[in-house]
Amino acid sequence: MSDTSPPLLSLRGMTKSFPGVVANQGVDLDLRGGEIHALLGENGAGKSTLVQMIYGVLKADAGRMLWRGQAADIRDPAAARALGIALVFQHFSLFDSLSVLENIALGLPPDDAAAGRGNRNSAAGRGNSIAGRARLRDRIHAISARYGLPLHADRHVYQLSVGERQRIEIVRCLLQAPRLLIMDEPTSVLTPQETARLFETLRQLAAEGLAVLYISHKLDEITALCRRATILRGGRVVDCVEVASESARSLAARMMGEELPDADLRRPAAAADAKALRLQVTGLSRAPAAGVAGGVALKAIDLAVRGGEIVGIAGVAGNGQDELLTALCGAADGRPGDAGRITIDGRDCAGAGARARRRMGLAAVPAERLGHGAVAAMSLADNAFLTAFERRRLLKLGFIRARACRRFAAEVVAKFKVKAPGVDALAASLSGGNLQKFIVGRELGQAPGILIVAQPTWGLDAGAAQTIRVALRALAERGAAIVVISQDLDELMELSDRIGAICAGRLSRLHDTRAVSVERMGLLMAGAGDDGAGVATVATVTAGATTESATETRHAD
Amino acid sequence: MDISGILIAALLTIITAATPLLFAALGELVAEKSGVLNLGVEGMILLGAVCGFAAVVFTGNAAAGIVAGALGGAALASVFALLALGLQASQVATGLALTIFGVGLSALLGQDLVGIAYAGLPKIALPVLSKLPVVGQLLFNHDILVYLSWALLAAVVWFLSRTRAGLVLRAVGDSHAVAHALGYSVLRIRLFATLFGGACAGLAGAYLSLAYSPLWIENMSAGRGWIALALVVFATWRPWRVLVGAYLFGGITIAQLHAQALGVGVPAQVMSMLPYLATIAVLVLISRDRGKIKRNAPACIGKAFHPSS
Repeated sequence: MSDTSPPLLSLRGMTKSFPGVVANQGVDLDLRGGEIHALLGENGAGKSTLVQMIYGVLKADAGRMLWRGQAADIRDPAAARALGIALVFQHFSLFDSLSVLENIALGLPPDDAAAGRGNRNSAAGRGNSIAGRARLRDRIHAISARYGLPLHADRHVYQLSVGERQRIEIVRCLLQAPRLLIMDEPTSVLTPQETARLFETLRQLAAEGLAVLYISHKLDEITALCRRATILRGGRVVDCVEVASESARSLAARMMGEELPDADLRRPAAAADAKALRLQVTGLSRAPAAGVAGGVALKAIDLAVRGGEIVGIAGVAGNGQDELLTALCGAADGRPGDAGRITIDGRDCAGAGARARRRMGLAAVPAERLGHGAVAAMSLADNAFLTAFERRRLLKLGFIRARACRRFAAEVVAKFKVKAPGVDALAASLSGGNLQKFIVGRELGQAPGILIVAQPTWGLDAGAAQTIRVALRALAERGAAIVVISQDLDELMELSDRIGAICAGRLSRLHDTRAVSVERMGLLMAGAGDDGAGVATVATVTAGATTESATETRHAD
Repeated sequence: MDISGILIAALLTIITAATPLLFAALGELVAEKSGVLNLGVEGMILLGAVCGFAAVVFTGNAAAGIVAGALGGAALASVFALLALGLQASQVATGLALTIFGVGLSALLGQDLVGIAYAGLPKIALPVLSKLPVVGQLLFNHDILVYLSWALLAAVVWFLSRTRAGLVLRAVGDSHAVAHALGYSVLRIRLFATLFGGACAGLAGAYLSLAYSPLWIENMSAGRGWIALALVVFATWRPWRVLVGAYLFGGITIAQLHAQALGVGVPAQVMSMLPYLATIAVLVLISRDRGKIKRNAPACIGKAFHPSS
C-alpha cells in the first residue's frame, strides 16, 4: 500500500512484564484504517497482554502508542473508547445478574448509553430511563438485525450460553461506532454460517474505513479474512507478513517456530462397529433447569456410542448442549418431566449421581472453564483432586493424598505443556487456553471409558489444539467412547467418526462424517432438513434466523 | 370507635417500630448491592443515636439532631471504608469490629447524656390528608423521619432501577473485575455506597434516640442492626421487600409485646424469639426460587477488590 498518511494506531516498543514472566518485549505494530490485521501467536505468546495495553486495562512498562500520528496516553478503557477503540473481550466482560440491555448500556459512554445522541440534556438521555431504554433497545435491534447477531434484550446474562454472550459483546462494540475494533477470537463459538456472516460484517466495516485487529487461532480464517498478520512468539514480534503470500501451514510454522505435526485423526475404516456399545442413551428428555429461564428442554435424545468411536455433536450455542452434558454426567437432579434411559457399559445409570458415574468410568469436560471445569480460587493440584480423586485414588481413609495430587497435576501440566508457574498456581491465574489444556488433560489422565467433552479446543492455538485432538483419538483407540460437543464444525468434521447436530434440545440422526457435507451440517444445526422431516417448514438457515428474530421480538415485549 | 382506636394505636406503634429498621436496611441494601458487606450496622446505629441526641441537647434544634445522626453513622462508615476498601481488610472482620467499636464509642460519648429528657420530634400533620378517617391518623400524622424513610425507599427504588448511577452500582456489586475492565472506578463507587449505608444507619439511630424513645441509654439499638442485616437478605436485595420485611418485623415485635402484656401463657423469651423465627421461616420460603436470588444477589458481595489484580 502506498498510503502516506500516518497509521491509525502505531505501537512502538511496547513492553510489559509480570512477576516471573515478560509478557511483551518491544512490540511494534501499525494498524491502518480499512485494514483487517491479524494478531497471531500461541497461548501465552502475549496477545492478550498487548490488547489490554491498547485498551488501557494494563499499563505498559515501556513503549508508546501513537493515534493518527499523535502520541496517545491511554490511561483507562474510557480513554481508549473516547479515541474510538472497541474491544470484544476473550473472557467475556459481562455482568451475570444484569440483563442484556443493561450490560450493553454499561459498556457505552454515559451520554450515549440508552441514547439518543442529540438528546443528551433531556432527562431521558440520562441512561436508564424508560425512554432511554426503549431507544437503546431499538439501536440494539437495528445492529443485531444488520449484522445477523440475534439478541434478547431482556434476558439475564446468567441464562445465556457462551455463544449468546459473545453476541452481546460484539453488538456492544458495534454500537459505539468505533474506529478500531479489536476482536479476541470472535468466531470460536459460531456456526460456519454465522462466521461467514461475521466476516461479511467485518469486511463491510473495513470497507467503511474501520481498522480491525483480529486475534484468532484459526489460521484458515486468517488467510481468508486478513491482509497482514503480526506474529508474536514469547512476547516478541517474530514476523509481520502479507497473508496473501502465506498458507495456513506456513503461518503455523512461523507462530510455533517449528512445523505443525501431521496427524491423521480419523479412525481406520476397518475398525468400525467392531467394539461393544459403551454409552447408550434412549429417549432422554429433561425439563429445563429451574430458575434458568433460558434453559433448553432436552427432547427424546437417542445416542449410542461404541468403544473406539468419537461422536461429534454440532450445534449453535444455547441449543441444549450444556443440558445434554449435565444430563449425561449425572449432575442434574431428577425433575418432573424427565424421562429416558442412560446406560454405561450396559449398566443402567438411573439414580447414579455424578460421582457414581465417574466411578463407572465416565469423565466430562464442561464448556465453561471457570466455575464448571475448574474452581478459580483453587490451585491446579486441588483442582486435579476434584474430579480425579475417585479414579486416581487420591483419597485415603477420607484424607487427601496431597503429594499424589501434586504428582498427578504435575503430570498433566508436563504432558499437555500447560504454561503455569507450578501446580500451586491458582486456576484463575492461567490464561484461558492453558487452563483448557489442564482441564482436558486432567480428564484424559483418568483413562476414562467414556468421555463427554464440550468445546475441547476452544481458545487453543493450533499446536495445542492438535495435541488435544491427537490425545482424544489415542484415547478412542484404547477403546474409550467419546462424545465431543462443539460449535466448531471444522473440528468435528476432522475429528469425529459420526456426527449429529443438536437444535432446540433435539438431536438429529447421526451421520457418517465422511458422507456428510458441511452445508448439510449447517442445515441440521439450524434445525432444518433432518431426513426430510423439517424441510417443508424451515427450508434454509436464513429462515431459521428469521424464526429466532421473531422470538426475539416477542421477548422484547 | 374504641376498637378502631386501639387498632390504630397498635398500627402506629408498628410504624414506629419499623422505621429504624427500614432506614438501616435500605442503607445496607445499597451498600451490599455495590458489593460491600458492612456488618457494622449496629455500631453505626448507636453512633447515630448518640450524635443525634447530643446535637439536640446542645442546640435544641431537631434538624441539627437528624443531620448529626446521619453524619455520625457516615463517620463510622468511613472508618470501615478506610480499612476494608482502602486497606483491603476482610469486610466481615472489619464490620464486626466496627459494631464492637461503635457500642463502646457511643457509650463513652453518651456518658453525660444519660438521664436527660427530650420531648421527641414534633408530629407533622399533613394538611387535609391527616383529616381523612383512619388513614389520616395512620399515615399522615408522623414526625419528619417517618416521612423521610418512605421518601428514602422511593428514592432507592428509583435510583437502583432507573438511573445509570444505580445501574453502575449494581454492576460493581455483580462483578468488580468486569466493571473495572470497562473503566468504572470500583472503589469510589463502593466508598459512596458505604457512606450512604452509614448515613442511613445513623438516621435509624437518630430515630431511636429522638422519636422512638427520646432519650439516650447505652446500647439502646438492642440488636436492630442485626435485624436490618437479616432483612436485606430476607428481601433478596429488593427495596420493596425491605419495606414489607421491616413492617413485618415491627408488627411481630409489637404483637408479641402486646401478647406478653395480656399474659399469654408462653415464656417471654419464646415470644421475643418470634420475630427472628419469622425471618428464618420467610428466608427459607424465599430462597426456594434460586433464579430470583441469582438475579438479585450481588455476586461480589464481601470480596476485596484491588485495581491491579
